[in-house]
Order: sequence, then C-alpha cells, then structure tokens
Amino acid sequence: MTEIAATSTENTRLQRALGVLRDVMARPSGAIGLTLVTFHVILAIISPWIVPYDYRAMDSLSMLNGPSGAHWLGTDHLGRDVLTRVLLGGREALLVTGIATPVAVIWGGLLGIFFGLVGGRLDEVLMRVVDAFLSLPWILKMLVLIVTFGTGIEVLIPTLAFFYGIPVIRIARAATHDVVARDFVSAARARGHGRITVIRRELLPNVLDTLMVEGAMRWSWMLLAFSSLSFLGFGVSPPTPDWGLMIADARGFMSFAPWGVLGPVIALSSLIIGINLTADALAKALGIDRAQKAPV
Amino acid sequence: MSALIDIRDISVGFAGRDGRTREVLRNIDLAVTPGECVGLVGESGSGKSTLALAAMGYLKRGLRLLNGSAAFNGIDMFAQSRQELERIRGGQLALIPQNSGQSLTPTLRVGAQLGEALRLHSALPADRHAAKVVELLGHVRLPDPESIVQRFPHELSGGQQQRVAIAMALAGEPEALLLDEPTTGLDVTTQAHILELLRDITTERGMAMVYVSHDLGAIARVCTRVVVMYAGEVVLEGSTRHVLKSPAHPYAQGLLASIPKLDDTTLPIALDGRPPAPGDAGAGCAFADRCALVRDRCRSTRPQLVPSESGGTARCFFAREAGRQQGRTIGAAPVRFSSGETMLDLDGLSISYARPRLLDQLLGRGTDVPPTVDDISISIGKGETLGLVGESGSGKSTILKTIAGLLPPAGGAVTAGNQALPHAVEQRAPGQLRQIQLIFQNPDDSLNPRHTVADILEQPLKLYFGLAGDKLRSRSAEILDRVRLGAHYLDRLPSQLSGGEKQRVAIARAFAAGPEIVLCDEVTSALDVSVQAAVLDLLNDLKKTQGTTYIFVSHDLAVVRALADRVAVLYQGRLCEIGQTDQVFEGESHPYTKVLLGAVLEPDPDAAPTLAADDIVERAPPASGCPFQRRCPRRLGEICDTDTPPWQSPEAGHFIRCHISLEDLNAA
Repeated sequence: MTEIAATSTENTRLQRALGVLRDVMARPSGAIGLTLVTFHVILAIISPWIVPYDYRAMDSLSMLNGPSGAHWLGTDHLGRDVLTRVLLGGREALLVTGIATPVAVIWGGLLGIFFGLVGGRLDEVLMRVVDAFLSLPWILKMLVLIVTFGTGIEVLIPTLAFFYGIPVIRIARAATHDVVARDFVSAARARGHGRITVIRRELLPNVLDTLMVEGAMRWSWMLLAFSSLSFLGFGVSPPTPDWGLMIADARGFMSFAPWGVLGPVIALSSLIIGINLTADALAKALGIDRAQKAPV
Repeated sequence: MSALIDIRDISVGFAGRDGRTREVLRNIDLAVTPGECVGLVGESGSGKSTLALAAMGYLKRGLRLLNGSAAFNGIDMFAQSRQELERIRGGQLALIPQNSGQSLTPTLRVGAQLGEALRLHSALPADRHAAKVVELLGHVRLPDPESIVQRFPHELSGGQQQRVAIAMALAGEPEALLLDEPTTGLDVTTQAHILELLRDITTERGMAMVYVSHDLGAIARVCTRVVVMYAGEVVLEGSTRHVLKSPAHPYAQGLLASIPKLDDTTLPIALDGRPPAPGDAGAGCAFADRCALVRDRCRSTRPQLVPSESGGTARCFFAREAGRQQGRTIGAAPVRFSSGETMLDLDGLSISYARPRLLDQLLGRGTDVPPTVDDISISIGKGETLGLVGESGSGKSTILKTIAGLLPPAGGAVTAGNQALPHAVEQRAPGQLRQIQLIFQNPDDSLNPRHTVADILEQPLKLYFGLAGDKLRSRSAEILDRVRLGAHYLDRLPSQLSGGEKQRVAIARAFAAGPEIVLCDEVTSALDVSVQAAVLDLLNDLKKTQGTTYIFVSHDLAVVRALADRVAVLYQGRLCEIGQTDQVFEGESHPYTKVLLGAVLEPDPDAAPTLAADDIVERAPPASGCPFQRRCPRRLGEICDTDTPPWQSPEAGHFIRCHISLEDLNAA
C-alpha cells in the first residue's frame, strides 16, 4: 500500500476540536460569526469597567439628545447615556441564555436519544406529545409560566431551558435514528457489547456533532425570545439596561430620536447574526448539512 | 461521419489546500459519432465521470476548466448561456445517472414526471403527451405501462426506476446519451435486461452514447469502443474487442485479470497499490508505481498516446511487450479444507419481518403473511466456505443477521460446534459471541467515523481477551499486519483510508476475535474490482492460516465460484439448490440457478447473456408451492403453485428443489 502523504496521524479529541475550530475560522461565515460572538462576550464581561457613565444617571437637561462628543450615541428620554446602556444591555441576556442553552441541549438531547433508542410505539406516542407542544405559539406558553411564577432570572432560566429543550428532543431523536441504523452499531451489538457501551462509544460521539450545531441555533433563538420578553416587560426589570427593554422604551420617540432604537437593535442583531453564521460554519466543518433539514 | 460529441485537449482541476492546482483530467481528447457507444472505464477517482459530465458542459462544484473545449453538435458547451444549456441538456443530450431512484421526484407520479420532460424538451402538442408517455414506458419494456403511469417512484423496483429514467431521457428524442454507471447496484438479471435494452435503443435510433462504468462485463455488452482511464489520463483506447482481448497497456491487463470469471476456478489476480491522488503523479508514467514492466525510463518521461500494433492507441513505452504478457499469470488457488466435522448447523430456520397488526395481536391471532425466510436447513463443515447467492431480497443478509443473533428467528435452531446458540445476541455467552464474527458490506457504514483504527481493533481485543496497555497496542499492530496494513495506520480515522483499506480494517476487526466462523455479507460489492481481488485474496489467505469457516454472501456468482466450496441458491428466502460449487455451476441445476448463471456478464465481447426469466421483482414470497413459480421459465403448471417441490439429488451432496424430473432438468 502506498503512503498517504502528509496526513496528520494524531487523532486525539483535542486535535479534532482544534481542527474543527481551524475549519470554522477558514470559512468567511465562521470567521465573521466567531469574531462577532467573541466580541460580544468579551464586551459583556468587561463593560462595567469601560462604560463612560453610570447607567442609572439621569440628566433632565439633556433628554433625547442626538449623538455628540459627550454622548456618542445620544441620550434617552430620561437623559441616560445610550452608549453606556447598549454596552451593558447584553449582559443579562448573555447570562440567562448562556446558562439556559446548555441546560436545554442536555435535557432535550438525553431525552431525544432515549426516545430514538427505545423506538416503537412508546416513541411514537411520546413524539406526538412533543409535536402537540411545539404546535402552540412559544410566547403563549412562556407567558403563562412567567405570569404564574413571576419574572426574574431564577424563573427565566428554567423556563427558557424547558421550552427550548423540546425542539432539541426532535433533533436528537432523528440523529439517533440515523446512527442506530448504521452497521457499526449492529457490529458492536453483534460483538456482544453492553447497551451502555454501545451508546457511549458508538452513538454519542456521532450525535454530539448534531447537538452542538443545534445548541448554537437554539442559543440565537433563545436570545431573540429573551429580548422579546424584555420588550414586552416580562424579562429584565428597569432600571437594569437590556436591549429588548431599551427598544421598547425608545420606540415611542423613534421618529425624532432614532438613535435610542438603533443602538440596541444593531447590538442585538449583530450578536444573533454572529451566532447564526458560526452555527452555519460549524455545521459545514462537522459535515452536517443543515440546509437539508427542517427548520423546527 | 463527423463527431457529435467532440472533446478536445480538455484539462479540469481544482485548487488544493496548498493552493496548487490539482488536475483531475489531463489533456483528454474524446470524439463520439452517432451510432457509436464509447465506454469509459477505470477505477474510482480515475476521472471517468468527470469526463462524461464535461461533455454536457458541467463540472462538479469546485472544479474548473483549465484547458480545452467540449463541443456538442459543433456548439461549445462551456461557452453557452444558462438558457441555452438548459435547452440542450435533457433534450438533445440526455444523462442517465447511477442511482435513478434518487433522481426521480418522490412526490410526483411517473406519468407526471415524464409529462414534464415532454413539455420541456419535446415539440409534441400537449394533448398528445399522455399517449406518448405510455408509448415511452412501453419502449423501455415496462410491463403494463398504463398502470405504471399512475405510480410513484417508490412503488417501483430499482430496475423499473432505472427504466423510467431511461424513458425520461428518451422523451426529448436525444441525439446523444450519457450513462453514468446505469446498472451499478442492480441485480444481475435486472442489469442484463437493462443492458439489452440500451443496446437495442442505440442501434434503433443511431444515437451516440458515452457509457461510464467500472464493470468491463457491462462495457463488453454495449460498447463499440473503449477508453481506459487512469489518474485523469487516457491510457488505452481502441475497439472493445482489442481492449478486452489483447489489451496493450499493463493497467488494462491488470484490470482484466482482477475480474473474477465464471469459468475460472482460481482467484482473480489483485492489482496492488492505488492510483496517485490528483496532482500527485510525477514526471513519468502515472502507472509506474503499480506496473510490473516498469523501467527507469517510465519514471522520468511521460509516455504519449501512440498507436499500438494490436490496434487502438496506448500510453505505454512497452505496449508491445504488454500485449505479449497477456494471459500468462494464473491466480492463486482457493484454499480447500475437507474435514467431516460440522461447524455450523442451521435447522429449519424461519425468519419473519412481519409484525402482527394491532387487531391480530389483541385477538391473539398470528399473521397469515408467509415468513421472509423459511425452511433453511444447511450444515456447514469446519473450514468450509459456503457461498450464499440470490438476488436482492432473497434473504441472504437476513440469514447472516440471524446467525449473528441480531435478528431472532421465528423458528428453527442455530447450532455452532455442538452448542445450540441462543437466538438473541444478549443471551449468548462470551465464548459463543467470539466464535462468530460478521463482516459488513460497506465499510463506510460498519466503521464508526469517529474511531481511529486502533479504537476499532481494540474493541474486540478488550472485550474478548481483556487486553490492555502496551499489549493491546502491539496485538492491534499484529492484527493489522495480518491484513497487510502497517502499524502507522493505527492512528488514522476511517475517512483517511481508501475503500479497500477500510474493508481490510473491518476484516481485521472480525479476525481480532479469533473467530471460528466468519460471516461475510457482500464484503466486496462496494469496492473497485482491482480492490475486490485483493480482498478476496486476503480472505483466502486468512482461511489458510486460521482454518476459518466462511459463509460468503454475494450476488456476484463469479466471486462465489472463485472462493466457495459449496453454494446454496436462495430465492425469496427459500433454498432452491445446494451443492458443491462445481455441481451447481456445471451440473444439472434449478431453473432459477440457470437464470442467474445466464445473466452473468463476462468481459468478453463474444459472450452474450441468456435472458430466460423476466426481471420483475417480487415483494413477498408466494403462500404455497415453489417460491419461483411466478417467474419460472420452465413452469410445469398448477403443481408449482400448490405443492412444495421435493428435494432431488442428482449426485451425492447436490440437491435441487424442483418438480421437474432430473432427466428433464438435464435435457435443457
């Protein structure tokens, strides 16, 4: 047999992760997306130390002022600095979704893998329950819970994690079905490996790729949901700055003071676009063609 | 006559990771005149499909035209606008792809799809389309075209889908057809029928055809001229007779020698090594590394295509010598063991996929569906190789799965080495599990893409022998060496291996357990012929050293002939015939065996297949009588439908299950 020239013979897990990262960065969508996400995350961490003003400081003399040397993005209807509030406005959203996303992917993923493995009639029945759940508008379900249990992080995180884990069940189940049907699983069973070994060694590594991409997608959806809740007044409570809340507050003055809306909108959409681009590049780097899958 | 398809000096390439342009096609000329069928052959990766698609002005994503032109009917295909290409493609120039089941729209009825092809590519008025659709379906010899019109693609068999694809290609009254492996993946009988159809269509319509295939048997049947490709170059071109009977290039010879032939009882000769990756061919001849005739000159200078004395042109300095080499080498003889001991015994095995319906379950009724596999009793001796043959759906793989414990049987017993095996794999003892190993058809599917070769080999070693640490590693390397792969393969992932290397790893995994019985499920059908020969050789060698018992499932009778001691012929999950290989292949045989043998294609332009039975596909076995009753060309009458045929034995160890008397079977 001839040698394969210049193939890396190191195939450890770290090597693979680095390889995937390199592949993501080599794609334009991945490079732009990952840069945007990293920028937002770093900003969220260091923003309390770099903001020019106190986010609560009102100034009755300069309300709804346009951008100037003192206030780069102008001021809002209470005379607070918009730049300060935009810089701080993503912290809450990133914290809540940053915790809720992994929780959603883990519980949804585990349940999905379980359904996929069990198969048969139980799986069919349970999946119809999942379908019924998905058919309700998300905002309705979420508002019911929030109205019942109140707002605040301790309610928002489990609520988002719960609702956004349900579509993950579907994806994980489908991925499991795909892998279970493949011959290497049959081969492991025929050798006589235990069920747990087959799941851990043969199934999980292959399903995890799909779950990772799915997690990135869920994250962007969840950010949008969190901001929508804030917009409606069920998310972050004032005076804590939040993009959704800021858009809600400033939208009344949009016709003559558009900077109040523009700042948080650009911040929020750049983060969401960044996550989506990263997810896209990640899917391609991992060889999962998301374009062919249903958007549920 | 002027050429209809005229490709001149074409080079196609892609930008590699290092930024260098890597050529997939290198300076190829190809001209095809009306009424001519040109076959493009070569191993996978030789550029044959790329060349055929380039004739349509189409390149796969990432590929670029580097040089040359492709003209159709005098029109430069790479200079046309999108609209112009759309008009020509599918109309005057049609493509029939490999897997037409995937190229038909699943949600459209056959009639609607053909109607659309007519609307786009035919001048016929719309009110005559319906009649034309039926006519086209009749033309491709589909039985009962009026009812086919109403069906969806998934309701048709693979062969029928391929016929619909051909009908669709014919809808625009094309002047030229491009066929990309149109019969790969079909049963032998279906393949033979499709090839006859294609032959007749070309002669009737005087079309130009480009036929891409790795199967020289198919090429021999339809093509008038053959172009052999290697590493993106044409290495040999000539009439089918010249190329197949006196190939003037060592590569073409190697390819021919690697094909198992029905009348050959030795193993085919493997073509070692593999072609250079695109762009990696050095200054000399691309085939130099694998060539038996290689001299210094071959490594430094690239040979040109020159006329050879046997006709045609060859890219070889020693074409004359190569021509004389032909037919000198003889393949290895298959290893034969003769011990009286029984290793594996299948007794009255019956397997059913049908699940009882809910209502039947509630009422405690069984299903009235006949089982998928029924009444299989075979006993296999220690060290014996049993070939299991039949068309797809005959239950070959199902039987292997049941022996391996993956699919519990509905009835019967499996005994291995005097021990009755529990039906389910979970209930089997470790020793019983180790004893039987299964090798799957497609290594892409049977090797976990996330595991390195070391991970893959260590699993059975840890499980059955409890090895760990250095011992585990050195044992893995040892096993890898036995399948002729070096220890440096241990840290590779399956995606970093070629198809043949992957299958070796899968074989190594099975042998790591030190099994007594190895079940081979179409282990070579996903591989190139040259690689297939190497894998067969390996299996034969392993049997020599390990004394393993094989059950070898294949739809390729020539492969079975080369390897098996005994052959069992299955139809619809029922045994038709069983006997020593020579008895089955040469003596009296069951009408179904005759049909199978007749459909085998030989890489010989003079050999014509005999098409005895229709190639219709049955979905379920008949409730009573002979399983082959509906397709049998020698049907006796009602007795075939009602009575299960008796076993008849013309010779010791040879059994045929048929109502026709042995004398009559012999006479035909």
